[in-house]
Amino acid sequence: MEPTQHPTTGTRLDPWVDAYAARTRGLTASQVRALFAVASRPEVVSLAGGMPFVSALPLDQIADMTARLIRERGPQALQYGSGQGDVTLREQILEVMAPVGVSAHPDDIVVTAGSQMALDLVVRVFCDPGDVVLVEAPTYVTALGVFSAYQCEVVHVPMDEQGMRPDALREAIAHVAAQGKRAKLVYTIPSFHNPAGVTQGPQRRLEVLEAARSHGLLLLEDDPYGLLGFDGTVPRAIRADEAEGVVYLGTFSKTIAAGLRVGWAVAPHGVREKLVLANETATLCPSNFAQLTISEYLATQPWFDQVKVFREVYRERRDALLESLEALMPPGTHWTVPGGGFYSWVTLPQGLDATAMLPRAVAALVAYVPGTGFFSDGQGRQSLRLSYCYPEPDRIREGVRRLAGVIETEVELAATFGSPVAHAHRDGPSTPTPDLA
Amino acid sequence: MTHEIGGRVVVLAGGLSPERDVSVRSGRRMAEALRATGLSVDVLDVDATLLPSLAADRPACVVPLLHGAAGEDGAVRGVLDALGLPYVGSDPVACRAAFDKPVASARVGAAGVAVPASYVLAATTFRELGAHAVLDAVRSSLGLPLMVKPTKGGSALGASVVRTEDEFPAAMMAAFAYGDTAVVERFVEGTEVAVSVVDEGDGPRALPVVEIVPDGGFYDYSARYTAGETEFFVPARLDPAVLEACAAAAVTVHDVLGLRDWSRSDLIVDAEGTPWFLEVNVAPGMTETSIFPQAVAASGQQISDVVLRLVERAIAR
Repeated sequence: MEPTQHPTTGTRLDPWVDAYAARTRGLTASQVRALFAVASRPEVVSLAGGMPFVSALPLDQIADMTARLIRERGPQALQYGSGQGDVTLREQILEVMAPVGVSAHPDDIVVTAGSQMALDLVVRVFCDPGDVVLVEAPTYVTALGVFSAYQCEVVHVPMDEQGMRPDALREAIAHVAAQGKRAKLVYTIPSFHNPAGVTQGPQRRLEVLEAARSHGLLLLEDDPYGLLGFDGTVPRAIRADEAEGVVYLGTFSKTIAAGLRVGWAVAPHGVREKLVLANETATLCPSNFAQLTISEYLATQPWFDQVKVFREVYRERRDALLESLEALMPPGTHWTVPGGGFYSWVTLPQGLDATAMLPRAVAALVAYVPGTGFFSDGQGRQSLRLSYCYPEPDRIREGVRRLAGVIETEVELAATFGSPVAHAHRDGPSTPTPDLA
Repeated sequence: MTHEIGGRVVVLAGGLSPERDVSVRSGRRMAEALRATGLSVDVLDVDATLLPSLAADRPACVVPLLHGAAGEDGAVRGVLDALGLPYVGSDPVACRAAFDKPVASARVGAAGVAVPASYVLAATTFRELGAHAVLDAVRSSLGLPLMVKPTKGGSALGASVVRTEDEFPAAMMAAFAYGDTAVVERFVEGTEVAVSVVDEGDGPRALPVVEIVPDGGFYDYSARYTAGETEFFVPARLDPAVLEACAAAAVTVHDVLGLRDWSRSDLIVDAEGTPWFLEVNVAPGMTETSIFPQAVAASGQQISDVVLRLVERAIAR
C-alpha cells in the first residue's frame, strides 16, 4: 500500500459538471440505451429503429447524378447558401406537397437540416421556459427532446383510434389556462403517427384545428409519413385548410434519403421571417450540397414512382408484422393497425412493464422501444413501439416470434409476483440513437 | 517509445451482452493506451468474423475487455486457450468462479473476508413456492434494506436496493430480466469503495482504494457512466488501517479465486471499518469514468505502461 493522505476534494471526472445548463438535466447514461447498443448486432432482430429502407433507392442512378452535380455545379453545391434554402428546391417542395393539398408560395418555405431542425426552430421562436406545449399521448420522442431542451412543459392529450381527441385537447387547454400557465403550441402528427400508428380522419383534423384556433394556439403539424399510405390515398394535411394558424413540417427523410438531412417548414409570413433568421443563427444555412442533391433527384428521377416502391416495401412489412402479431401474441396483447408509415403501438397484457422487459427481449435477440420514451411524464410502461420499416419480412416474423416468447415468460413472472409497482428509475434516454431510431 | 512484441495486440470489445456499449468504450480506451506505447493494436468484436481474423493475422497477445457473459464467464477465453493465443487476464476456470456472484462470495467468505448474508433464488422457486411466501421468508431472515441483483453480470444492470416491502417484487422482476437466478443480500450501509489489483509478476498488489460517492446514493448504471454524477476520492477517506484492510481483502479475493493479472473488487466499508465483499470483475472497465484507470493514475503509473507489462507477461507465460 502507498502511504495515504485523505483528499479533501474528490473528482467528478468532468471539470464542467457545475457549469452545465439546467436544461441538460436528464442527459445521462441509461440502461435502456445500453441495451440498444446490442440491438445493432446482426443477430438481433431490431423492431426498435425507425430507419427508412434506403437500400430500395436507385443507388446507381443517385451515384451518377451526384457525380454529375459535383462536376457541373460543384462550386455552388460546396458553397454557403441562403438561410431560407435553395429557391429551386423550394419550388420543387411545392410539387412534393401537392398530394397532401398544401399550396403556398416558395417564399413561405424555409429549408432546414431535416424537419427536426424545423421543429427546433419553431420551438425556439415561440417558447420561453415554462410555456406549455400540448402533444399527443404518446408522441414523437425527439420532439419531446426539443421541448425539454427549451424547458417547455409538456401536456399529453389522450388519443383514440383516430389520434388526438379534440374534446381532450379542449379540456387540456382549459386546464392549462386555469393553472395560470401559457400554452403556445399544439404539436400533432396527424398521418400514420409515430409511435401510435394511427391517422386522424378529415373531420378529426378540422376539430383539432378548431380547438387550437379557438384558443389562439399555433398548430404545429408534423407530416413525415403523409405520402406513405398503403392504400395509395394521401391524407389531406391540416395546413391545406388553414394557412395562418398552422406551421407545417415536411421532410425528405422518408421519401428520399434520411442521411441527406433535408426538411422544411411552411409557415405564415411573420413566423417564416423569424424562422429564417433563427435558421441562420443555428446553422448559417442548410447544406447546399444536400439541397442540390435532393433538387437534382426530384428533377431527374421518377421520385413519386419511388415513393410507390417504398409504400409497397413498407406495406409488405406491415403485413408481415400484423400477421405475426395476430398468430403469436399472447392473450391480452393489443396493437394498432397502421394504414401507412413505420410503426405499430403495442399494449402488453395487464401488469407487464415494457421497460423492465427489454433486457429479457434483448437476451432473446429482439429489440423494441419501450413506451415510456414517448411520454414526458412516465406514462407508457405497459406499451411499446414496434417498427417494421427496416427488417425484411422474414426477420420481422422471427422477431415477433421471439417477442411473443418473451412476453409469455413475462406474463408468467408477473403472475408469480402480482403486478409490482415499478421501480422509479432516474434513468436517461430510453430510446435508440438516431442511427437506430 | 516503440515496443516490439512480435505482432499485433487484439483488444476484444463489444459482444452481445447488455454491457456491450461499456465494453466498446473500454476497448477503444485500451487500444489508445496501448498504441501510445508504439504497439500495433486492433479492436475486434466477438462475432463470426473474429476467428478468421485471428487466424489470418495471428496476434501476439489478446486483451479481452468484454464485460458481461461470454466475456467474463470465461467462454471466449476458453476459445483463446484452444487457439493457443496468450491473453491478459484470468483463465476460464477462475473467470467462471468470479463471474458467478454466489460462488465467488462463498469462496471469498471461506477465506475470511466478510460477505453479506444472502440467498440465491431462481425464478422457478417463486413460481413453485409462491412469491409472497418466499419474499416474506427472505425478508424475515435478512431484514431490510436488501440488495437484489442478477447472479451474473455487472454495471449494476438489474440491481436494485429494496428499502420497503413494496419494492421487493419489482426488484426481483428487474433482476430476473437479466437472468433466471438472482442474489438477495443484506444491504450493508457504509462507504462504497473499489480496489483494483494488479500482478505484474511479483504477486498481486492493491492499487490505491477508490471511494465512490454517487449523487443519487446508489451507484447505478447512470451514476457509473455519466461523467459528473459520481464523486471519487482517491485514496478513499478512510483510516489507514481500514485502507490496509480493504487492500488485503481485494488481494485475498484475487488469490482465493485464482485470478490473474488484474481484477477489481467492489467492497462496502461499514461503520466499524469492516470491508464487506460485494463482487469482483475480471475485466475491469476502462472507460472515461471507470475506476481501474483512476487507481492506476493514483499509484503514479501510466495505464499504458501497466498494460504493456501485462501484455509482455501474458506473452511470456
